[in-house]
Parts: sequence; C-alpha cells; structure tokens
Amino acid sequence: MTDLTLRDLGRRFGSFEAVRDVNLELKSGEFVSLLGPSGCGKTTTLRMIAGFIEPTAGTIELGGKVIASPSASLPPEKRGMSMIFQSYAIWPNMTVFENVAFGLKLRKLGRDEVRKRVGEILEIVQLGELADRYPAELSGGQQQRVALARAVVIRPAVLLLDEPLSNLDANLREEMRFEIRRMHDELKITTVYVTHDQSEAMVTSDRIAVMNRGRIEQIDRPVDLYMRPRTRFVASFIGRTNFLEAKRDGDRLVFDGFSVPLAAVPGPLPNGGAVTVSVRPHALDLSAQRPAGGDRIVLEGRIARRAFLGDSWNYVFAPAGGAAALTVTAAPNKVLDDSAAAWLTIDPTQLVPIA
Amino acid sequence: MTSLSSSPDGLAGGAPSTRISWASRFQPASLLWLALAVILVVLVVAPISQLVITSFTHPETGAFTLQNYVEAYGRPRHVMALFNTLKMGAATVVLSLIFAVPVAWACARTDMPGRTFARLAMLGAFITPPYLGAVGWILLAGPNAGWINRMWVELTGATEPLVNIFSFWGIVLVMASNTFFLIFVFTTTAFEMINSEMEDAANILGAGTWKTAAKITFPLIMPAILGGALLTFLISIALFGVPALLSIPARYPVVVMQLSEFFGFPLQVEVAAAYSIPLLLITVALLGLQRLILSRRGYTAVSGKGGERRLVKLGKWRWPMFGYVLLVASVTLVLPFFVLILAAFSKVWTSGFALDNLTLRNFIYVLFEHSTSQKALIASVSLGAVAATVGILLALGVAYIVQRKLLPGAGVLAFLCLAPFVIPGIVLAIGFYAAYALPPVALYGTYTLLALAFITRFLPIAFSASAAGIRSIHPEMEEAVRSLGGGRLTAVRRVVAPLLQRTLAGGWLLIFVPAAQELSTAIFLVGPTTRVVSVVLLDMSEEGRLELLAALGTVLLVIIVAVVALGIRIMGRDFMLRREL
Repeated sequence: MTDLTLRDLGRRFGSFEAVRDVNLELKSGEFVSLLGPSGCGKTTTLRMIAGFIEPTAGTIELGGKVIASPSASLPPEKRGMSMIFQSYAIWPNMTVFENVAFGLKLRKLGRDEVRKRVGEILEIVQLGELADRYPAELSGGQQQRVALARAVVIRPAVLLLDEPLSNLDANLREEMRFEIRRMHDELKITTVYVTHDQSEAMVTSDRIAVMNRGRIEQIDRPVDLYMRPRTRFVASFIGRTNFLEAKRDGDRLVFDGFSVPLAAVPGPLPNGGAVTVSVRPHALDLSAQRPAGGDRIVLEGRIARRAFLGDSWNYVFAPAGGAAALTVTAAPNKVLDDSAAAWLTIDPTQLVPIA
Repeated sequence: MTSLSSSPDGLAGGAPSTRISWASRFQPASLLWLALAVILVVLVVAPISQLVITSFTHPETGAFTLQNYVEAYGRPRHVMALFNTLKMGAATVVLSLIFAVPVAWACARTDMPGRTFARLAMLGAFITPPYLGAVGWILLAGPNAGWINRMWVELTGATEPLVNIFSFWGIVLVMASNTFFLIFVFTTTAFEMINSEMEDAANILGAGTWKTAAKITFPLIMPAILGGALLTFLISIALFGVPALLSIPARYPVVVMQLSEFFGFPLQVEVAAAYSIPLLLITVALLGLQRLILSRRGYTAVSGKGGERRLVKLGKWRWPMFGYVLLVASVTLVLPFFVLILAAFSKVWTSGFALDNLTLRNFIYVLFEHSTSQKALIASVSLGAVAATVGILLALGVAYIVQRKLLPGAGVLAFLCLAPFVIPGIVLAIGFYAAYALPPVALYGTYTLLALAFITRFLPIAFSASAAGIRSIHPEMEEAVRSLGGGRLTAVRRVVAPLLQRTLAGGWLLIFVPAAQELSTAIFLVGPTTRVVSVVLLDMSEEGRLELLAALGTVLLVIIVAVVALGIRIMGRDFMLRREL
C-alpha cells in the first residue's frame, strides 16, 4: 500500500480541457471520493490514475515513483491497481470463481493459494455459495459483489471505483455503500471513488474532492465540506443552501436588513468589500412569535410558500422590507400557516463566507 | 508478442523511479497495426492499383498509353456488350423486385401460412450457386431437349419450343433467381422494423388502410428496397456463371464474356483491365448512391423495435398468397434443382425419370475417377476454409483497432477492408492477375494466388461481422483485465475471443458458403492444375457432360446445405437473413 499523488494533473481533448491543475495526495489506506456533476472531469481523472488515459500535463506518482506524465505513461496492467467499472465488466464467459481468480492467476500464484484467497474474498462479499455460477445467473447486486471481490482479491496498490453503484436500484445502492466502506475498513486499501451522488461519497469517504469544470474546488472531510464549503459551487452541490450578499463595513458585515460583527463569522473572509455568505436551510430557525433576542439575529417577515416533504417542512421565508427570500427546513411538527407572519432566527456562526 | 505484453514483474510500481523504460511502455498493438497494414497493401492496394496501372500500360514497351482503352472500346461490339449488360442488370432488378417484395411483405407482416418455409426457400435460392441454377434451367427449358419443351411438343404436336432459356429473358430469370434474395432480406428487415404504432398514428388521424400503406408503410421501406435493388443490379452485371452458360447460345454478348475473351488467346490483360474500369466506376458510383439513400436521416430512424408489430390478417387471401410464394420458390429453387439432382442420378438425362435410367455411376465417376473433379472439390472446400479463417482473423484485428481507437490511422485500415466490396469479383481477378500472376511474383498456377484473391473478395463480409461482434463487447470488459495486470493480448485471448465465438463462427460460415462456390474471381486465376469446383463444372458443360456436371453440382450442393444447416443450428434461423452492409 502506497501513497498516490496527483501533481498539477491535466488532460486536454483537442481544445477542450477536461481536467486541469488537479493536485491530490492520498495517504496509504485512505479513501477519497471524486465528487461532481457529469462532465466535471472526475472520470477522466480516475482513468488517468488507472492508465487508460494519458495526462497532457502534470504527473501521477505512486509510492514516490512517477507512473504517468505527458512524456511517458505506464500501461494500466503494470500499475498494480485494480478498478471496478460502471458496467461491472464481469466476464460472462467465466464463472464467479474464474472471474475472481483471474488476477491471481496472472500473478502466477499456485493453485492452492488461488483457491484459498478466492474462497476468503468470496466469503467476505457473501458469495461463497455462488462460486460456480455464471454471471448471467446472478442478480445485479451479486454481480456488483463479484466485481468488488475480483478487484480487491489481488490486494491492489490502489483500488479505483467508477460510479460502481449507479446501475443498482435505490435500496441496494444504500446497502452497497456501507458494504464498500466495511470492506475498506477491513482491508485498508488506498481507494479512489468516483461518483456524482453526494450521499454515496459522504458515507464511504475519508475525504471528498469536489470537482467542477475540470478542477478540484475543495478537498475536505465530509462534515467540513458540508459545514464549511469554500466555494459557491461546493455550497450548492453538497446539500441545499441560501446565498446572502453582504458588504464589509469597518468591523461589521452588513446584509440587507441586518448586520453582524466580523468576529462572529467563522473562517477567513475573502478580500474586497463584497462578500457572499452561505447559510444552510437546516441552520435557520422559524417561529410564529417574536423570540427572545440574545446575540442572535432575528428577522421579521412572513411565510411566502411552504411544502410538506414528509420528514420535514420546507418553508420559504420572505423578510419584511423586501430582502431576498430564504429557504428554511423545519421539523414536521413545526407548523406555520401559509402567508402567516413569522420570525427568522439566524445564528451568525452558521454564516459561511465563500469565495 | 505475448511475452512482451503480459510480464507480471512490472506490477505494483515496478517501474524505474524517474523515467519509464521503453520496454514497460511498449504496446504490442503498434506492431500488429504495422503487420495488418502490410497485409492489406498486398491484398487490396496492390491489386487495385495494378489494375488501374495496367490499363494504362503498353503491353510490350511498358510505357504509358491510352491504346488499351481504344482497343477495348473502339469496336461497336464491345460497346454494345456494355449496354447489353446494363440492360440485363436493369431487367434482373425488375424481376427480382417482383419476386422479392410481395414475399417479404407476406413473411414479415401477414398471417400467411408457411412463413418459415418461405424464408428457408428464399435462403435456399440464395445459397445455391447461380451457375447450377442455370444448368437446371438448361435441362428444363433448353430449346430442343429441355423437359418443358419436349412435354409441350408431345402434348400439342407443336414444332416450335415453348420456352427458350438461351435468351435475354432466360438469362434474366436465372440471374434474378439468385439475386432477388438481397432485396428480400433488405425489405423483410425494413418491414420488421416498422412499429405498428406508426401506422396506428396515421389511422387515428383519419387515414384509411390504403392511405396508410401509401403514405407511411411504403415510404418507410422504400430506401431498403432501393438499396437492395442497387446491390442486385451490381451483382448481376458482374456475375460470370450465368452468362458463361447462357449468353453465347443466346447471342447476347455481355461485359463478363467480353472480358473472358480478352483473357483467352491472344491474352490481352491490359485491354481487359481497361475494359473493366467502367464496370468498376459504375459500381463505385451506385454504391455511393446506395449509401446516400440508406443514410438519409429519418429513414434510418426506422429503428427501435419497441412497439408491437401486428400481423395483417389476409383472410381468404392467405392461400393465394402462399401460392405465390410456392410459385417463386418453384421457379427459383425447386424446379431447376430438382431436375439437376434427377439428372445427377440418370444415365442419360434426356430420358427423364425411369427406374432403369437410375444410376450412381456419375457420382462414382466425379468423386473417384475424373481427372480433376475430386481435387477441385478438396481445393474449393480448402480455399473456402482458408479465405474464411484468414479473412476473419485479419478483419478481427482491424475491427479491434478501429473500435477501440487504439492507434491513429485505424480508419484507413477499415476502409481498406471494406474497399473490395466495390470491386466486382471478375475485375478483382484481373487486378490479382496483373499484380501477382507473372514474374517477379509469378504466382500463376498456384493455390496461393486463388487464396489471396478469395480472402480479398470476402474481406468486407469478414469485417462487418467482426466489427459488429466487437461493438457488442463493452470496452470495460477488457479494461477490467488490464487493471488486474493482464496485457491487451491477454484481454483479447481470455475475454474478447471467447465472447466473440458465436459471431465469428457465423461470419466464418457467411464467407465459406460463397467462397467454396466462387466462380467470378476464380475464372482468370485458375491454372491447368489448380482448378476449383465451379471452374470444373463449367468445363464439363463445355464438354456437354451434363449428367456428370449435375452429379458434381449435387455434391457441392450437399456440402453447402450441410454447412448452412450447421450455421442455422449454431446461430439460429436468421443468421444469413440479416444484413449490415
């Protein structure tokens, strides 16, 4: 198990820059997700790590050795990694056992060793009984497990996963997320996981790299990504959010209708006068009566729109005086009438300035 | 190459730290590309360019000249042969349409009884060699001894024959019997693609049955019919076997016969090359036109088999429709091949069916005693097998490189694989003769020359079969091999090849069946000791030994039918009934 380092990695296709200036360091045994919308360059990045695409800029290093650069690139079969594909790519002409044993046989392991290791891994993915089945006789979830077993049985230096759950139905997908994480906890293989599904990334990853338009916007632990998004894109891609525009005025941050001391707002403030702040709908509190003040900010207004979503209420709060409306998420038992007067409480520490 | 690709010691960061050695970056695919390119130059580029060069070369001095063209087209007789050929092709198309379209409609869209029988009969008419069909029709409708005419004379006391196969329409009938199958396949496929909901949509907007047929159904299958018609035209103008048997007694000179005259004594290869160029140009132009028709947007959107296809209820017309199918099947398959097989078992074919006329003597003679026929049979089967095997392997390599976008310039290889499609077999033979028959290569009179020409001739079929096969395999299947440490060749050997088995077996048979009976390409390339079945059959007809011809033809038929039956067994009934080209 080795460190994986991407340094200023870039890839052009003609005049289109699919990936640029990607810097990422994975410690041995770390699980990192590349998360972003389709076309953000995450799969291209993964395929460069795998060796199916050669970079046009920067380098990829594995254990301190350069394995890919624009001038030379090691073919995928010599990188000692393994990959799980979106289509699973289970070979239909081989049984489950043969599929999983394939990589071991390529490494010229003895017959008994192959049998032992395949047996072990099939137990881990709970496919022990199905070793002699052909892929066509398996369900989607079972095929997914075969792909997983086949990839990890060779104890790869790095495990790469390309949207492995996108072809499964919702329940199975949820189950497999935990399965993948459990497997990682057990085997501690350095892992890069590509997905466009934020909850998938949240459940599985140690850190998440959010990608947009070929660049990494932010790399952080899942909770920090949610609590402290650094860019507008990250704030809106991870969960839902409200954006508020503010101006710096001395030691205060002035919003439309209220202001807070700079010191109350966490994190470094961007330079310049104008500041955008993200505040999550969950971090806002609505009430039907004017709440007691304290050092919190209280805005008066009314409910402009509401929708009941089952596990929560979704309110749109329109502040008096015509400032921009805010979305608020509230518990199901917090019922406020449509068009009723309401008061919104904002905790300044929940205001996150973004770039 | 295998050892270079899959050495396991480069695993897990085994590369040098700063630079990656050439050896570990090496991809055997590049060597393969080079090898394929060289082979395709030998098979395709050299013969075609030699054909064109030869047509401009003075036979003695070797200087550039236009004299060959003057020689080829200077005489009215030669020009007339060209126009005769075009007229014959057009008539063949018309007759093929009359045969094919109603049957295709009945098979695909109606509840006519015996639809599977109909499809098999059409297939039978296609896989049987056209020159054997011609012989069958000579037995049936030769002006003096033909069965139909003798019966007619006996019944009516007439002095003139009723029908004469040695005529323009005789040639056209035998041609169409073989070529109408293409229109049938194209049209059937198009009919099957039409979703009934498209017609329902017209109905609900107020169009009646006939209006719907005219405005919706027919326009949808029109491109398929046109495409099939163009191919039929091209195949019939280049077909050698039928004119070789019928056109001289019919006094109807055509291009292929004229070419064979140039190839006789004195041998005038240069003039033959010049004479064949217009045939080549017509083919290129019409195939271009066909592509244009078939690729027009909106027509190709006849895809999506999604919706249900309802069969038209023919009611009281069910049996008359089946009667028509029987008529077509009789004319194109049953009658000529029945009399052919009967003749094969007869001492004297003109005596007709009688117990004391039955014999196995003809078979014993052609199989064991005749000087060339046994050898020719083996040669034909071997050449078919070689052409199919080599063609498929070659095409597979190219298709793989193209589909996986392995190397720049792969498109050129694909183009070369498909290029022989526009070259009529007989023209290809002239190209091969010009390129390889004479010193310094001096392959004339060898099986190698025949094998090379056959491989080239059927390379397009091999390529479309291979490309379709590879397209059906998800690239991730191979990437999974590579990510586990296997090289590209390992991926091909362990995953791609096993998955392609069925497709490739089908492609192999699709080549073997026509290659084992190929005549047009063989006729100028066989030597005195390297004859193939088709050529021996023609020799026998020139010697007038029709019983022996029938026996040898029957043996060939048995082989072909057995191979096709095997194909149907492996691939299902429709394996020859689908067309990509």
